Amino acid sequence: MKQYLILVAFILTFNFASAQNKLYSSNKSDVSFFSKTPLQDIDAKNTRANSIINLSNRELVVRIPVSSFQFKNKLMQEHFNENYLESEKFPYATFKGKIIEVLDLGKPGVYSVNASGILTIHGVDQERKFSGKITVTENTLVLETAFDVMLIDHKIDIPKLVFKKIAEKIAVNASFNYIPYKK
Amino acid sequence: MKPDIKEIVRIMKKIFLLFYLLIPFSAFSQEDLMKLVSDSNEVFVRTATFKARRIINGHSVETVGKNNLDFIISHRFDRLNRGFEDFFGLDAATNRLGLEYGINDRFMIGMGRSSFQKVFDYFTKYKLIRQSTGSINIPVSVTLFGGYAIRTQKTVPKLSAFNRSSYTAQILIARKFSEAFSLQISPALIHRNRADIFTDNRTVFASGIGGRMKLTKRTSINGEYNYVLPNQINDNYKNNLAFSFDLETGGHVFQLLFTNSFGMTERQFITETDGSWGSGDIHFGFNISRTFSFEKKKKVNP
Repeated sequence: MKQYLILVAFILTFNFASAQNKLYSSNKSDVSFFSKTPLQDIDAKNTRANSIINLSNRELVVRIPVSSFQFKNKLMQEHFNENYLESEKFPYATFKGKIIEVLDLGKPGVYSVNASGILTIHGVDQERKFSGKITVTENTLVLETAFDVMLIDHKIDIPKLVFKKIAEKIAVNASFNYIPYKK
Repeated sequence: MKPDIKEIVRIMKKIFLLFYLLIPFSAFSQEDLMKLVSDSNEVFVRTATFKARRIINGHSVETVGKNNLDFIISHRFDRLNRGFEDFFGLDAATNRLGLEYGINDRFMIGMGRSSFQKVFDYFTKYKLIRQSTGSINIPVSVTLFGGYAIRTQKTVPKLSAFNRSSYTAQILIARKFSEAFSLQISPALIHRNRADIFTDNRTVFASGIGGRMKLTKRTSINGEYNYVLPNQINDNYKNNLAFSFDLETGGHVFQLLFTNSFGMTERQFITETDGSWGSGDIHFGFNISRTFSFEKKKKVNP
């Protein structure tokens, strides 16, 4: 029995330690989106997003505070928060997913990756698959990705009156810089 | 019996062992990662406490955004109790045309011209405190307001510019209690260099209270009451009371309103309201504000 306990203790500490070491969290992020329509260009930028990657199982989460998107046009920013994304009701846009490819992200290099998971915007979940690029250097990871969001997928209503001003599809660019996670 | 218990204990131990072995792997599920990813420095500023820069007659805590220009057209028709002959007051109207500009996201300037008494008004507003939650928790928004107004209508006897001038200082304190409900208290100090009734105080203390109840994402019902503290002005003057229905479409805010005052500057509607709701001296009116943005178009990099 004693041997068992020692074994358990050993496995426990070993696993905890390794699991801890394989968490990387973002210390710098840039999420921006833009849409182009004949009447108006809309673009906004958010540097308050956070993300964590667990290298041991390649799981990935992203959390973006919606009200931190900065627009050049402040009226547009107000409409974005009040009428479209309803950021007081749904303060975060999130992604919970996993990198599909079996990779050792501990090794320096540039990897093309695909991640699948749940994208939540405006309180509406969507099963999505994104492709991106991960650049691994010693102790840092950089993730870059670009994807489109259909407003209708997330039940974001645009009134007919302003329909022409806002595209139905929004292009999103995101980049995250990760360092080993510290409590 | 004894062997059975031993057997159970052994099985339990095995289960526990398995359980303990599994813990490290489940320690960082996606849900847990989600918890770890939270940012303790996050601050959520409560925006859009009111839709427009006015609750109805009086100013709200809102200021015009940086480099935005608001053009406001306001009308107040004559009293409803004029009856059918004057089409319930619609035959006569006063208007105010106003321009308001945001120097930055907290500081704005504005001016307006009212047809009633041909008043020109100039004012400035500064958003001192913004209501927020998160790592910085502030329960209210506070905006400071300062205004100057001058009548330019010819009078007999002629009055000097000094005697036609008035000044207003207000502290606007508002709280957005929920997505739908906001309330504002606006203590005011109004100084007229010369009051129309010479027994009136030249400096008048008052306090406004106003609120908004959202009906849908784009519509709301607003109410506003301006209470003048007693023994300052003639009893024939009434406190200002107004109700409005607001409709917002991207860029425009329409306010359809009923009020007992004709004028739209602070001196007029706080200290010189002579209409009484009880006797039907109610004016229908509207404010339409249109916001233009002067931000330079930024090139979109793909």
